[in-house]
Amino acid sequence: MNRHLISAADLSKRDALLVLDTAEELARVADRPIKKLPTLRGRTVVNLFFEDSTRTRISFEAAAKRLSADVINFAVKGSSVAKGESLKDTALTLEAMGADAVVVRHSASGAPHRLAGWVRGSVINAGDGWHEHPTQALLDAFTIRGRFGRGSGEALDGLRVTIVGDVLHSRVARSNVWLLHLLGAEVALVAPPTLLPIAIDDWPCSVSYDLDAALPKSDVVMMLRIQQERMNAAYFPSVREYSRRYGLDTARLRQLPDEAIVMHPGPMNRGVEIAAEVADSPRSTIVEQVANGVSVRMAVLYLLLGGLEAAQ
Amino acid sequence: MTDTSWVIKGARPLGAGPADITITDGTITAIGDGAGQRGAQAIDAAGLIALPGLVDLHTHLREPGREDAETIETGTLAAALGGFTAVHAMANTDPVADTAGVTEQIWRLGRAAGHCDVQPVGAVTVGLGGSRLAEFGAMAESAARVRVFSDDGSCVADAVLMRRALEYVKAFDGVIAQHAQEPRLTEGAQMNEGAASGRLGLAGWPAVAEEAIIARDCLLAAHVGSALHICHVSTAGSVEIIRWAKSKGWRVTAEATPHHLLLTDDLVASYDPVYKVNPPLRTAADVAALREGLADGTIDCVATDHAPHPVEAKETEWAVAAFGMTGLETALCVVQEAMVDTGLLSWAEVADRMSARPAAIGRLSGQGEPLAPGSPANLVLYDPAASSAVDPAGHASRSRNSPFAGRTLPGQVVATFLRGRATVLDGKPA
Amino acid sequence: MARAAHPAGGQSGTGGDGVTARGPGGQGGTPAPGPEANPKTVLEAAEIHRALTRIAHEIIERTRGAEQVVLLGIPTRGVPLAGRLAAKITEVEGRPVPYGSLDITMYRDDLRLRPARGLGPTKVPAEGIEGKTVVLIDDVLYSGRTVRAALDALNDLGRPLAVQLAVLVDRGHRELPIRADYVGKNLPTSPQEVVRVLLTETDGEDAVLLEAVGDTARPRRGGVTGRKR
Repeated sequence: MNRHLISAADLSKRDALLVLDTAEELARVADRPIKKLPTLRGRTVVNLFFEDSTRTRISFEAAAKRLSADVINFAVKGSSVAKGESLKDTALTLEAMGADAVVVRHSASGAPHRLAGWVRGSVINAGDGWHEHPTQALLDAFTIRGRFGRGSGEALDGLRVTIVGDVLHSRVARSNVWLLHLLGAEVALVAPPTLLPIAIDDWPCSVSYDLDAALPKSDVVMMLRIQQERMNAAYFPSVREYSRRYGLDTARLRQLPDEAIVMHPGPMNRGVEIAAEVADSPRSTIVEQVANGVSVRMAVLYLLLGGLEAAQ
Repeated sequence: MTDTSWVIKGARPLGAGPADITITDGTITAIGDGAGQRGAQAIDAAGLIALPGLVDLHTHLREPGREDAETIETGTLAAALGGFTAVHAMANTDPVADTAGVTEQIWRLGRAAGHCDVQPVGAVTVGLGGSRLAEFGAMAESAARVRVFSDDGSCVADAVLMRRALEYVKAFDGVIAQHAQEPRLTEGAQMNEGAASGRLGLAGWPAVAEEAIIARDCLLAAHVGSALHICHVSTAGSVEIIRWAKSKGWRVTAEATPHHLLLTDDLVASYDPVYKVNPPLRTAADVAALREGLADGTIDCVATDHAPHPVEAKETEWAVAAFGMTGLETALCVVQEAMVDTGLLSWAEVADRMSARPAAIGRLSGQGEPLAPGSPANLVLYDPAASSAVDPAGHASRSRNSPFAGRTLPGQVVATFLRGRATVLDGKPA
Repeated sequence: MARAAHPAGGQSGTGGDGVTARGPGGQGGTPAPGPEANPKTVLEAAEIHRALTRIAHEIIERTRGAEQVVLLGIPTRGVPLAGRLAAKITEVEGRPVPYGSLDITMYRDDLRLRPARGLGPTKVPAEGIEGKTVVLIDDVLYSGRTVRAALDALNDLGRPLAVQLAVLVDRGHRELPIRADYVGKNLPTSPQEVVRVLLTETDGEDAVLLEAVGDTARPRRGGVTGRKR
């Protein structure tokens, strides 16, 4: 593995399976009375979150602490960054603190790339703008693998995954398209035309505007959060129309094959892209995605920091 | 012995066979055998191409207001080192060059620096605000003799305002140079809209935002019978529209930058803001169309759009980085790589696109004249056989934001003469 | 599963896998005349089976019937060994013995010396280890660091009544105060030698080989070199 994890598109199939298999083992730690491993003792992991995100930050924090690493949380509000400190100066400060890994979430696509040029430690992308969110895709793949009974060393061949929503602005969608395809899944995107990037024909997935046609052919439906602000920029006429055409309600849930599962990266807009009953149904993996997130992030931290260098 | 008399021995004027160029008191007096010229300094120019001094229709000298990025002194020195004897300084300074006073100040500072002629460009609208016309007449009649007007940096988006500006400048043979960028279609845009922007998650800048304005303005210029110049053309569609407009006999001229003749949007994958520019780097198909357009004359000239920025404006995440690339010192080398070494332009045609036509569009007298006896001795000696890695730290420009950093480019400017006085000798300031 | 290739020693006609020097597995082939064969077989399949049978009986004896015993094999080869011992004990006592695996990668003291490696399986039987006698099983005991890591791993899983250690081969050169309770074979070795354990479940055959590899840096554990875990 590269010493950074910035983009799912950079992972090889072998790397991806190594992360999933390692996460499989590390997931057991959650069931033990002592939820700790000594492996990253003495290492410092910095959570550098320029965007508010309690859930992802806590997930990385839990993962690092379970590996006995020291965690420093650098949230933007009230910090020197809020007073206008540049990304570069923030990076240099982290260097001075001896960060072994920097987990970074930023609203600008490409921020982790810049950071990687300024710090010696490993950079882990926790979401950059619209670009990528690789650990989310890894935990999604892990969740799918688990639900469909695939074991260690196995990929997602033959599984049909449909991703629904604002693909244009979604780093979760991008990372998932690259990773799920890498792992052998058949990926389909469903969205209104305004929320799909131009030139999406080269992407390794199919594209459609029709959710109802896609559902009976899906083993996994992954709903993306829709932001209300997009309505103001004329991406769709109203939340009501969006929800009616692209929302996963109970009627649509019944159109899914019996074994199909429903996923959502969170946070959800209950009643908009996903009905409350669907989110709470047994087909929904939303809660276990959170637990899986910690295991997957433990795997990533271990593989990047646990050895002399990133796992080969 | 004066310092504006020279015998340049064995140069290759416009790439043709070797000849001696004799310069007496700032004027070219003979091309041929220069033996026996008394009182002149001699230069051995064996193997060097001689071109008329290059004229840049589009440069940002940043002074007044942004002297941290560039001053007229450093910018014109950079120009001379790039082989330029005249540059048009764009109006988006601080204060904006929208009055006779500011344009004259810029003109005087250029004369004082003395490295090349500085021809100020006047703004189209007051403060570049896009709502009120600037005092074109006053600027035209000032010592700066402004003839080219541009809101470059911003687009004159209001159709009525653009129409009025096009009509108004007819009174003194002026030309409006449009920065074609439909503002609503490019709100928050970061890079060319295409396959790369989709993958990289950056807001896209569609080609149509440039092409729609060009089409509109060509039609407007035709309708009112005025001259229109299009700045930094960047797309294949734009080239096609301009070709069509010219075929109708309309007075439309256009420029393209060296970087748009060589670089594509794949480079943005590193998220290094050195590649962030307005208009953005486009696709290989666009680069090919621009090269073809420059070769067949649809694109009249190469203009650098030299846009210096201080380090902190580029050493950030992409979204907040400034748009712009430096270009004066690398222009001729890039044109050699993109156009001459590919067989698309001869050196004589380079002289046309980088000296004669820009001077004509800019209505500049004494610049862009042919390399012939009687012309003012504005010329550049260039070694096409040299090559070197571009190192912005060694540039005269105050700023380091060159997209060619680390890249090996062919050629090197060896000497530049401004009315017979050497501004650059041996590749260094004279 | 193919066994790792080993270089032919200074023996004629060995074509890369040393078959003629060793003879087919399980038939006690005599080494060919001439310089000592490399690698050398120190335990044939039958000897391994006998050793495991003896260890199984010893465990039964020392734990008074293996009543509260849990066998945990250390991956990779400790795992099939634990399985075999559990089967033998069950055969004798007529009662199933819980067994599983305990991966110790995350507790190793030498992690920073090499790139991070993948993990082996940790499967603790449902009965758990609280108050039980845990018998750790590994193929080779060498520096003792693996066992030290296993003790730390166990500590985080619970509090056993006692911990014992069974190994197929003890090759000496301890770096920590660790000793085995049950040993298949004591094998004096030098640090320039490598002990290779082959098991049917992982390598397709049963054998223990001793190979001289010259002045290589002392390997960190006694298993097969060149295989990353």
